[in-house]
Amino acid sequence: MIRHRLRLLAALLAGLGAVAGARAAEYPITPQAVAPDSWAVIADTGYFTPQNGGFLVNTAFIATAEGVVVIGSGPSRAFGQQYRRVIERTAGKPVRELVITHKHPDHFLGNQAFSDVPIRADEKTTAMLRNEAEGLAENLYRLVGDRMQGTEPLLPNAPLTPGVREIGGHTLEFIAVPGHTQSDIAVFDHTSGVLYAIDQVFNGRTPTLPNASLPDWLAALDRLEALPFKTLVPGHGAVTHDAAPIRATRRYLQWLDATLKDAARHGLTPTEAMALPIPAEFAGWAEARAEWRRSVGFLYARYELAELPALAAPDQPTD
Amino acid sequence: MPPLARHLPALLVLLGTSLPLHAAPQADPLHSVMWDVMHKTVLGDQPAVFDERVKVTLPQQVEDGQRVPVSVDASALGRVEEIVLFADYNPLPLALRFQPLRLQPVFAVAMRVNQATPIRAAARDAQGVWHVGGQLVDAPGGGCALPTPTRASTDWANLLGKMYGRVWREGATHRIRLRVMHPMDTGLVGNTPKFHLTQLRLSDSAGQPLAHLSLDAPLAENPLFTFQLALLNGDSLRIDAQDSDGNAFGGRLPVLP
Ligand SMILES: [Zn+2]
Repeated sequence: MIRHRLRLLAALLAGLGAVAGARAAEYPITPQAVAPDSWAVIADTGYFTPQNGGFLVNTAFIATAEGVVVIGSGPSRAFGQQYRRVIERTAGKPVRELVITHKHPDHFLGNQAFSDVPIRADEKTTAMLRNEAEGLAENLYRLVGDRMQGTEPLLPNAPLTPGVREIGGHTLEFIAVPGHTQSDIAVFDHTSGVLYAIDQVFNGRTPTLPNASLPDWLAALDRLEALPFKTLVPGHGAVTHDAAPIRATRRYLQWLDATLKDAARHGLTPTEAMALPIPAEFAGWAEARAEWRRSVGFLYARYELAELPALAAPDQPTD
Repeated sequence: MPPLARHLPALLVLLGTSLPLHAAPQADPLHSVMWDVMHKTVLGDQPAVFDERVKVTLPQQVEDGQRVPVSVDASALGRVEEIVLFADYNPLPLALRFQPLRLQPVFAVAMRVNQATPIRAAARDAQGVWHVGGQLVDAPGGGCALPTPTRASTDWANLLGKMYGRVWREGATHRIRLRVMHPMDTGLVGNTPKFHLTQLRLSDSAGQPLAHLSLDAPLAENPLFTFQLALLNGDSLRIDAQDSDGNAFGGRLPVLP
């Protein structure tokens, strides 16, 4: 039924486009060199809107001697198609494979443009996408609209096993770092020293937690910080050459955990928790209040439950 | 003719001069085409005014239409006989009726919405006039028409009607938080029939009633209620609940010093 609704939406949007004679605007895809043969594309740090066409997430690509390894395909078919042209022009080589790091829609809905190469994701992510991709896509249609035209989720079709692979002169390590979702993969290029942490690390943009496990995420951040990287590509926000965004992401998650615990202990309702003050360090990050409200929505129920003891039966029946 | 205009003469007589200017009859501030229907079906076509003193607090946008947190505060009205909570665009608009009796006219709970909709609280004063407050919530579709999230995986045989709760003292008032485990099936999904809590009663340890609620299926699964109370006699509260299959549940909520 969801697939049917998607088709309907797509048809409706196509019709609107034809009537208006509108041509979807190009996405501002400007690769930034982060190391030899290595580029990152840094996105808007807001929320999904028709204006940004859902382009909110950083992607990256590595031009090995055996073709280009692409990390993330972006939010829509139109993005994926334009992105692939930009990649092959920039790298001067064909794409050899696409790596999907986790299940969030802005990271895989450009897959249709890569249907002729292996699209890799780990088993757990692929399994979740089998159930959730249509719903995730539908939600993005709702938020972004027009520029989603023609986008349908294309599932990963090749395995992504944690561990080291030698590809065309690059030693790439695929590291399982769940926490942002139930399954996330970071890519560390030992050859260039670039760590593609993607959504495990946010830089100047408030982390999103719809599928987060805070203990797992904190453990993942420790693991990433211990790697000998020279350059860090976060999922959202600017590239850095230090661990500052890892530490900032950790401080945010720790503050969030402590604040929700404290709120539940004092019996606050969800709407009261949503209105709590945000410390200066995080208040200036993009979407700080909106993401805090979303996170309370996603996570607070667990904290509330932990503070409510089971009631004993009443002393005597009445009626 | 809009219902408020139709009731204008009656309202003016009823309200006399006690009503502040901003609460005078006016167009629906949330511009809902369903308002007339809500006024008829939920408020029984009784006199109603939009009144900012009935504060409804909720997130403007939610990802999960199955659990929209709503806080309602009608304490600025003074004495309130009853508060109803409803969502204009829900297939089943009414979520609950709350007679505060000896509680404050304040509560919080989570409810389901089926799409973007006004969520409103109407508080009936001693003169029988409904004072209506509300907010819009934007939500993806299907909150009512989706299976209850844990329906399949929950061992309801052991959980049904189980209660969790705690009482906090905040200066002169007490805050009560109470969760009752129940799937709250709306009957709008597949072959799952409507099955929900229907009644919730709070009383003090002497058996004196503190509040009475009628509940309906648009409340979120395992609803968690927050209430406020100024004066409390005794060291515990008694909770009684019933559901649409005639099951009765009870619990004793200790009030710690
Ligand atoms: Zn993500």
